[in-house]
Amino acid sequence: MRLNPKTSQKIMRIVLGIATGLTIFILLFIIVFMLSKGIPVLNWEFLSNFPAKMGKAGGILPTIIGTFVLTLVAIVIATPLGVGAAVYLTEYIREGKITKIIRFGAESLAGIPSIIFGLFGFILFVVTLKMGWSILSGGLTLAFMILPTIIRTSEEAIKTVPYSYREVSFSLGATKWETIKKVVLPNALPGIVTGIILGIGRSVGETAAVIFTAGSSLRLPSSLFDSVRTMSVHFYILSREGISMKNACGTAAVLVIFILAMNLTAYWIMHKFTKRNL
Amino acid sequence: MKNTKEVVIEKSLFLIALSAIFMLFLIAIFIFKEGTPLIFKVGFKNFVTSSKWFPLEGQFGIFSMILGTLWITAGALIIGVPLGLSCAIFLSEFVPRRIMAILKPTIELLAGIPSVVYGFIGMVVLVPLIRENLGGPGLSILAGSIILGIMILPTIISISIDAIQAVPRSYREGSLAMGATKWQTIHMVVLKAARSGIVASIILGMGRAIGETMAVIMVAGNAVKIPRSILDPARTLTTNIALEMGFAAGDHRQALFATGVVLFIIIMILNIIANYAVRKR
Amino acid sequence: MEVVAELALQNNSMNNKISVKNLNVFFGDKHVLKNINLDITPNKILAVIGPAGSGKTTFLRCLNRLNDLDPEMKFTGEILFDGKNIYQGINPVELRRRVGMIFALPIPLPMSIFENIVYGPKLAGITNKKELNGIVEKSLKDAFLWDEVKDRLNDPAMKLSGGQQQRLCIARALALKPDIILMDEPCSGLDPISTAKIEEAMRQLKKEYMIIIVTNNTKQAARVGDYTAFFLMGELIESNETGKIFTSPNDKRTEDYISGRFG
Repeated sequence: MRLNPKTSQKIMRIVLGIATGLTIFILLFIIVFMLSKGIPVLNWEFLSNFPAKMGKAGGILPTIIGTFVLTLVAIVIATPLGVGAAVYLTEYIREGKITKIIRFGAESLAGIPSIIFGLFGFILFVVTLKMGWSILSGGLTLAFMILPTIIRTSEEAIKTVPYSYREVSFSLGATKWETIKKVVLPNALPGIVTGIILGIGRSVGETAAVIFTAGSSLRLPSSLFDSVRTMSVHFYILSREGISMKNACGTAAVLVIFILAMNLTAYWIMHKFTKRNL
Repeated sequence: MKNTKEVVIEKSLFLIALSAIFMLFLIAIFIFKEGTPLIFKVGFKNFVTSSKWFPLEGQFGIFSMILGTLWITAGALIIGVPLGLSCAIFLSEFVPRRIMAILKPTIELLAGIPSVVYGFIGMVVLVPLIRENLGGPGLSILAGSIILGIMILPTIISISIDAIQAVPRSYREGSLAMGATKWQTIHMVVLKAARSGIVASIILGMGRAIGETMAVIMVAGNAVKIPRSILDPARTLTTNIALEMGFAAGDHRQALFATGVVLFIIIMILNIIANYAVRKR
Repeated sequence: MEVVAELALQNNSMNNKISVKNLNVFFGDKHVLKNINLDITPNKILAVIGPAGSGKTTFLRCLNRLNDLDPEMKFTGEILFDGKNIYQGINPVELRRRVGMIFALPIPLPMSIFENIVYGPKLAGITNKKELNGIVEKSLKDAFLWDEVKDRLNDPAMKLSGGQQQRLCIARALALKPDIILMDEPCSGLDPISTAKIEEAMRQLKKEYMIIIVTNNTKQAARVGDYTAFFLMGELIESNETGKIFTSPNDKRTEDYISGRFG
């Protein structure tokens, strides 16, 4: 039996609508569930105290600090590389073999599973270069992971800077680099910042690559060669080893709130930025 | 006549631009260097077709992990693809632009939620639900598939929406002008034109499912055995590495890197296919 | 290196002139300019006219080597400034400081009025605040914009009206104290009143600068040009004193174009 096209359109519309509703429901459920379990645990002591009994009691201060320093190292390394690569791809070279190879590298890197990054970081930084489980090993590994994101968003941001700005700058006697430094990059900045924020989000949420490179020490680090435990790793250990579901939920709530805030900021900057350029 | 400073800057930027491909090589070199000696020692065929994984007795066969990865990934696609595509079509064709402009970033936001959070919710919500209603341990292929199916939704939805929106308006108008209904236009014209982008979204989603580690560890049970049903627990290639890395040494550690080699090859093949699919568009 | 890079052009010297010899320009396979020969005199305005696609903008962009930005561009022949070939032994960056350019649409850089004007001088190495202030005031006065903006130099340049923006662009080019000013259809986006102000500025500026203006508007060429050159399909059909071109052109095609029969 063949359905009348009008009827089949109605049916499809309802089916697709239900699927969309379900998807959005699941996604909202995840956030609401995590926050409703975790927010009651949050208070100033939880954020500012050291954990006791392996995290069964006490707070999560060192994991907040660990997350912060690890992410900072990753961003400091990945940003110049990512922005530099994006500048080269957009300003210095025309689409061709070389850009294809570089883009293929970046896209493939983006698709590599985090556990592979973990293995790699472990064998190169922890073992071969003898950095041990440390902020530096973890930060370098994370920098590799977030590099593709920063390249891609920076490239898109640079492409939105009107070509005429470059012509004006050249016509006023600027060299290529001066033009990039004074006109292109400042105008691409919001987009670049968005990429950095997304990179921060990814670093903060990462577990598999971090646990094998930065370790899981709960002590406060005193140098780049000390091991740290990030919030994600802490959350994983607490919940998987059943140490404390309550503290796990509290940690996860901090994590989720932070990541929501980062993404909203990135979205907000992007939104303002695209509007301005219309 | 360029001045030297400009030339130096250009050359340095060129080197920086190569960093991504350089890192990819570096990763490949180190994973292969650590992993391949063991593969040669036990034989590649034996390594991937034997299901005997007894690292302490020197037996390294990852067949059951390969099956585990296949089952869980297939399950994730069965759940994630129809849901994700429906969502992408509905949002790009049936919903006003303004609302879509809010919903798309909301969905993309979920790609940023850490995988341990997905794993945790799977562990405390989904696993008991399966155990009580369907039997078995609850920690299972089914649980892994559902969680991964959800985790790949943002990838599939976001890339498919981009592909659908890239279809020129004139295609739609041409079809509508010939008396086709909106739905006929969508499935006969729009989806055909957006096909390669949609395929790319599925492949990238698949890559994400194959590569996911932490969420799977928390819900899939991790037993080293050949799965017989979707309610059985299973171990994937990624979880095999993560579970044993902490205490492995010698051949055992090399065997985990060898698992990484297999994983790396699978992912690179998917990357190349996805790259090709996107480029074709 | 520095010696060759120096363009020995002296302001206001009557020797200052441009000679274009056998200029051919290709973009890829396209032959955009065909064997152009032209001498350009200082302290005069040369108007370059011709229909769209005649190569007049490409010609203009040869004079400050802005075409170099396109890697597809190929070039034969020579362009001499005071006898020196600008395509040999001269740094294009140096050259562009001596040759200002005004684009078809006003393109203020997204910074303040002040920053727009000092952009070039700062790159040229001028850092003295007082000197920069002086440059800003003089350039804006020369472009007839000073009175309108002197109280809000730190406002974003984007806030100015279209006509003001274009005069700002002229001021910005003047800030480098160039020898030559190239204008690429500078009034195409402006209303008649703004156009009149810019033309008035040009008449004043020619006392100090050589001006070459590309225009689609033959009436504008007649109003401001001392000399006029007519381009068609990449060829220079003829060039002469504006009066002669408009009253008794040598070539039938020039006459047809000017009388509005095509283009």
